[in-house]
Amino acid sequence: MNIKVLGSGCANCVRLEANVKEALAATGIADATVEKVTDYADIAAYGIMSTPGLVVNGHVLVSGRVPVADEVATLLAAAR
Amino acid sequence: MTIVEHLPQTKRGIGFVSVVALAAWFGAYALNERLWDWLLYDRIGLDSETRPASALHFFLYDTAKIALLLTGIIFVVGVLRTFITIERTRALLGGRREGVGNVMAAGLGVATPFCSCSAVPAFIGFVGAGVPIGVTLSFLIASPLVNEIAIGLLWTTFGWDIALLYVAAGLTIAIVAGWVLGRMGVERWIEPFVLRSQTARPNLLASGGGSDTGGVAVETKPSAQLRVRIGLDEVRAILGKVWPYLLIGVGLGAVIHGWVPSDFFAAHAGPDNPFGVLVAVVLGVPLYSNAAGALPLVEALADKGVPMGTLLAFMMSVVALSLPEMVLLKRVLKLPLLGSFVGVVALGIVAVGYLFNFILT
Repeated sequence: MNIKVLGSGCANCVRLEANVKEALAATGIADATVEKVTDYADIAAYGIMSTPGLVVNGHVLVSGRVPVADEVATLLAAAR
Repeated sequence: MTIVEHLPQTKRGIGFVSVVALAAWFGAYALNERLWDWLLYDRIGLDSETRPASALHFFLYDTAKIALLLTGIIFVVGVLRTFITIERTRALLGGRREGVGNVMAAGLGVATPFCSCSAVPAFIGFVGAGVPIGVTLSFLIASPLVNEIAIGLLWTTFGWDIALLYVAAGLTIAIVAGWVLGRMGVERWIEPFVLRSQTARPNLLASGGGSDTGGVAVETKPSAQLRVRIGLDEVRAILGKVWPYLLIGVGLGAVIHGWVPSDFFAAHAGPDNPFGVLVAVVLGVPLYSNAAGALPLVEALADKGVPMGTLLAFMMSVVALSLPEMVLLKRVLKLPLLGSFVGVVALGIVAVGYLFNFILT
C-alpha cells in the first residue's frame, strides 16, 4: 500500500500524517509506505485544490480537511 | 477525542445533542459576567473600583466571552462549510467573465472553506480550470479579508450595523482589487508551471470522474455525524492555534481598559488626525494575528476614543495581509504581482478606513 500525504508543511498536513500513522498502527497494516509530498507542482498533478490531501495507491481519497485517525483507518481498510 | 467517539449516529441523535449543547452555550454566555462578578467581588472580596481588580475582571470575563463566541462561530461555520466544496466553487466560477465573476468569486471566497496554506493549490486549480486570474484573486482576497470570526465578534461587540459594514467593505475591496489586478495583464507575472495546462487538469478517477466535485475525490456526502465531527475538529484546531493571541489581545485590552485615560487616543489618533488610518494599516501588516486576538484590542481602543473606521482598517490589515500567506503565494506569483496584490489590497483598506471615519462621524 502506497500512502502519500500532500501538503507543504502547515499544521494541517502534519496532523494528517500523524493520523495516518495512528491509523496504520491501529489497523495493523504492515506493508504501507508513507510519503510526504511538499512540492506544489507535484501536488498540483493530483488535481486537488486544497491541502492537505490523502492519496492511497494513486487515488485521492480526501482533500481539503484533516480526517480523524479512525476515519483514515476505515479508508485504509477499504483500500486494501 | 472521547466526545467524538460517543456522538450519536442518527440525524435525530445528532439533533438532540445539538439542542442540548446550544442551550448549554447560551446559558454559559448569559451567566459569564455574573460568574466573574460573584467570584471576584463577592467570594474573594476584591474592590471593583480599583484598577487591578477591574482589569482582572475584564481579563477573565472577556477571555471567557471570546472563547465561547469562538467556539460557537467556528463550530457553526465549520459545519455549514461542509456543504460547500472548493471544487464546486471552481465549477461555478470556471469560464465566467470578469465583473460578474469577480462579484461571485468574492462572495464564494467568504463562504468556501479555505485555509491560507491552500492558497497555491487553489490558485493553480482555478487558473487551470479557466477562471480568469482577476476573478481568482478576488476569491483569494475575500477569503481571509472577510473573516467569519471577525464578523461574529464585531456583531456582538459593536452591533450588526458595524459587522455589516465590515462585510460590505471587505467584499468591495475583494471585487475591485481583483478586477483591477485582472485588467493589468498579469499573466507574465505568474510562475510558468501554474499555466502549464497538464498539471492543472483535475485528476479524473477511472471510476466516477466528472461529478460536480471535479471528479477528484471518492468522498461521498458526509453524514450528519461526520459534519459535526468536522465542526468540532475545526474548533479544536483553531482554538489550539489562536489561544495565545487571544490571551495577549485581551491582556493588552485589559491594560488599556484599566490604565489608559479615556479619550487619550482621540487626541493622537482621532478623527482630526489625517494619518490615523495610514498608521493603523501599516501597523497591521507585520502583526501576524487573527480576529480573536485583534478584537479585544479593538474593543478597548474604541472605548478610549479611536474612531471606528481606523479600527476596522487596523483589523482588516491584521487579518488580511498576513506574511505567511505572502510567503506561500510567492511560489506562484512573481514579485511584481505579489507586490501589486499587497499594494492594491492595502490601498483598498486605507480607503475603507477613511470612508468609514467620514460616514460614521
